[in-house]
Amino acid sequence: MSELKSTKVNWFFACAVEDVPENGGVCVKHGDDQIALFNFTRRGEWYATQNMCPHRQQMAISRGMIGSVEDEPKVACPFHKKTFSLKDGSCLSGDDYQLKTYPVKVEDGKVYIDVK
Amino acid sequence: MKKIKIVVIGNGMVGYKFCEKLLSKAKADQFELIVFGEEIRPAYDRVHLSAFFDGKTAEDLSMAGVEWYVNNGIKLHLGDPVQQIDRTKKTIHSYRGITESYDYIVLATGSAAFVPSIPGVEKDGVFVYRTIEDLEMIRDYAPKARKGAVIGGGLLGLEAAKAMLDLGITDTHVIEFAPRLMPRQIDEAGSKLLQGKLETLGLTILTNTNTLEIAGDKAITKMKFANDTSIDVDMLVISAGIKPRDEIAKLCGLEVGQRGGIVVNDQMQTTDPFIFAVGECALYKGMIYGLIAPGYEMAEVVAANLTGGKKEFLGFDMSTKLKLIGVDVASFGDPFVPANEARVIVYEDTNKGIYKRVNISKDGKELLGGILIGDAEQYNMLLQTCKNKIVLPANPEDLILGSRGGESEGGAGVTGLPDDAMICSCESVSKGDICSAVVDGAETVDKIKACTKAGTGCGGCMPMVKDLMVHTMKANGKLVRNVVCEHFAYSRQEIYDLTKMGKLQSYDEVLTAHGKGDGCEVCKPVVASILASLWNDMILKKGNDVVQDSNDRFLANIQKGGTYSVVPRVAGGEITPDKLIALGQVAKEFNLYTKITGGQRIDLFGAHVSDLPAIWKLLIDAGFESGHAYGKALRTVKSCVGSTWCRFGLHDSVSFAIEIEERYRGLRAPHKLKSGVSGCIRECAEAQSKDFGIIATEKGWNLYVCGNGGSKPQHAHLIATDIDSATLIKYLDRFLMFYIKTADPLTRTATWLNKMEGGIDYLKNVILNDSLGIAADLEKEMQSLVDAYKCEWKEVVDNPELQKRFNHFVNAPTEKDPTIQFVEMRDQKKVADWK
Ligand SMILES: Cc1cc2nc3c(=O)[nH]c(=O)nc-3n(C[C@H](O)[C@H](O)[C@H](O)COP(=O)(O)OP(=O)(O)OC[C@H]3O[C@@H](n4cnc5c(N)ncnc54)[C@H](O)[C@@H]3O)c2cc1C
Ligand code: SF4
Ligand code: SF4
Ligand code: FES
Repeated sequence: MSELKSTKVNWFFACAVEDVPENGGVCVKHGDDQIALFNFTRRGEWYATQNMCPHRQQMAISRGMIGSVEDEPKVACPFHKKTFSLKDGSCLSGDDYQLKTYPVKVEDGKVYIDVK
Repeated sequence: MKKIKIVVIGNGMVGYKFCEKLLSKAKADQFELIVFGEEIRPAYDRVHLSAFFDGKTAEDLSMAGVEWYVNNGIKLHLGDPVQQIDRTKKTIHSYRGITESYDYIVLATGSAAFVPSIPGVEKDGVFVYRTIEDLEMIRDYAPKARKGAVIGGGLLGLEAAKAMLDLGITDTHVIEFAPRLMPRQIDEAGSKLLQGKLETLGLTILTNTNTLEIAGDKAITKMKFANDTSIDVDMLVISAGIKPRDEIAKLCGLEVGQRGGIVVNDQMQTTDPFIFAVGECALYKGMIYGLIAPGYEMAEVVAANLTGGKKEFLGFDMSTKLKLIGVDVASFGDPFVPANEARVIVYEDTNKGIYKRVNISKDGKELLGGILIGDAEQYNMLLQTCKNKIVLPANPEDLILGSRGGESEGGAGVTGLPDDAMICSCESVSKGDICSAVVDGAETVDKIKACTKAGTGCGGCMPMVKDLMVHTMKANGKLVRNVVCEHFAYSRQEIYDLTKMGKLQSYDEVLTAHGKGDGCEVCKPVVASILASLWNDMILKKGNDVVQDSNDRFLANIQKGGTYSVVPRVAGGEITPDKLIALGQVAKEFNLYTKITGGQRIDLFGAHVSDLPAIWKLLIDAGFESGHAYGKALRTVKSCVGSTWCRFGLHDSVSFAIEIEERYRGLRAPHKLKSGVSGCIRECAEAQSKDFGIIATEKGWNLYVCGNGGSKPQHAHLIATDIDSATLIKYLDRFLMFYIKTADPLTRTATWLNKMEGGIDYLKNVILNDSLGIAADLEKEMQSLVDAYKCEWKEVVDNPELQKRFNHFVNAPTEKDPTIQFVEMRDQKKVADWK
């Protein structure tokens, strides 16, 4: 567990792997922040972004549907279907929005988010 | 230079087309054009005259408004027939007294309906079918009539018969002198089959019948026939053929045919070289061409020759395709080649009402002609194969059967046609013209129509134009298929079929088998809805939960602020006081805003996602079930109070609405479905604005389909009258299942119908007459969905695993989203506004 204390990263324990639906997302509470965490089983990848959609400030990204455009993994907000890259949080629907993204790692069936 | 003065006599379709063609070829100021028309309106689309009864107005049918003539410097005299031509002085005289000199005359006087000299033809209630005025008179008379008849079982007669049916004269006879229908276009076997089909649609057909007398005092009441029989009739349309309007030609000494028609040569010149004749009044090599395409070609010949070109009329192919009362009928090339001069292949399915015949040259290389009835999908391809003498495939029967087993379609498809193949013969547009228009950016059918004119005449070439467009775009690397999204190269219907055939049960299976990439918010709900329509499994089954639209995923409608609304089913809008109280208690306990919906139920707003299971536990205990307001599924069947309380009610609309709502509850579809049942024609339930609507009649129920409220209101179409409840449910099973199977994603029934080729006639045929032979399957599939119904919310309430998904925070399950804010309004709460 020594690397968790490294200065650059701050791994926060979010939940167990089986708490997150395959190819779906959940919302993680971190203090006053809400983080959307995705288990992209089809790609064997995990992603985390802010839960608030920048379009109308709705806490909804974790309930969005994930998928890909070309090879870019993305999530669509359930409200107005704006889509965002899961890799860098940029808005793929052509608007000037940005989601904050977080690194994720999985160890021993546990999911950690780097909250810095 | 002095202008050449041309007088055009007759402003019908061909006369108009001549003006248009001349203008496009001539230099400005080269000609002076003067047009005389006998009718009071400028030329209109006579070919689609019957569309007048489908709601098209005279303006809709117009080829070009009066301003077109003005803008192009054409002097137009309407309602003023030319009565005399003085060929020595080179002048004409009109009915209103105008005298004009001319350099050339173009006679485009068309033809009139031929009326045989039967005693009584002058009586009230006897009509012909040729002009807008005729149709106006027919429309105005029809409400008085109950029993109709049409003399003439040819193309126009059958069209007139269809009009009678459409005008509500369901008891209509078609009287044909010949032993069979459409003797000029199709063979005996084809006639027989067509007759059978038309009879099932309610027409009575009398062949070998010669009318002797039209009886009645002032108006027609009876028709007497040569075989000593008679029928009661109060309205008759005579459509026994056409008579070329050659009277002024005859009067000024031009040669006319024995049975009418102005004799013309290869340049369309009459016996006076300064006078031409075109269209249905022209007699070329002993023949009157009663179709629009040859008329346009004649106009082209005259316009070309007058502008210095050289062009000859070479006769014309009389191939035709039409939809008669919803039945496709087509013939092309030489449909009648005797069996000893050709190889004749015939395919007949009397059950489905399909008859196809192709005549092939003895060496098996060339298609000579053929007939298609009941299914004319291959018409354009066959016509082109025939006209372009394209070498036939090894198994020529594939032409009409479709190839079985192999991947290639019968024949080479549109790609096999030479560039100069004439695709639109009305406007002489070749394959090359269309393809280059597409390359230049005309990437919709409407654009192609606008820039090439293809398909603006009889419209028969439209499917082929569309095929060519698709091919050309594909060849240029453009994506044109109606595909769902980048992850599936299939339409919704194709995915539906593939999923069904492969018995695929989850989104991932479907994606792996038929798609690529990782899916997206477009294809996931589409497949989820297909899976639900196919198997009616619990939609939150593992793996399928995350592909549901957010509303389906939480079995509630997400609202502003991130809370959800809850709508339990209140079938037919009938609710007990106890249930009302239960709703009130739940709303109070969870602090929900309440409102009555447009669909006669009660909506509870403002529920936290984590409260949903507890709310539903209480509702289910009180006897409620899911209302599927969150799904692309059946919403409500609205009802009026009907005969139980209403003094006008004919039947118990509430009970029937409940029966229907309970039958189709939970049914997943490409879009939401709404319905209504009214207890009488006063229509208090507004059933005609629903996807399917039911109205009680004295004898049973009337069924309407494909209506819509919402942003594009559309009236539903009546498809069946006075049917009993069991028949109605049978039709509904077929209708809904057919919609579920074939509609594009997020397409309401109204839009689905608007896009459907063949429109309501086609749909009616599928539902009522089983024209596709799939009714039994549709009914079976629907029954298995009905049997598989379970309330989704009951399953969640009974299953703690599923309930876990309803927490807002995965790592703080008891906490609610603290960002959700409410404010007060009129003693209830509402959500804070968007920022
Ligand atoms: C109900 C119906 C359905 C049809 N369906 C089809 C179809 O599906 N496919 C197809 O190819 N064809 C079809 N036709 C045939 C097609 O409409 C005709 O071939 C076409 O209209 C002929 O055009 P025209 O200009 O020669 O004659 P018309 O359209 O008859 O025009 C001639 C005009 O000249 C006027 N006129 C006559 N004498 C004088 C005069 N002395 N002075 C001034 N004006 C005069 C007439 O009043 C008329 O307005 C259909 C016809 C009808 C009636
Ligand atoms: S539709 Fe007819 S039966 Fe129903 S409430 Fe209205 S008037 Fe009464
Ligand atoms: S009409 Fe518009 S605002 Fe009203 S409920 Fe429907 S979608 Fe919402
Ligand atoms: S709130 Fe997310 S797209 Fe509008």
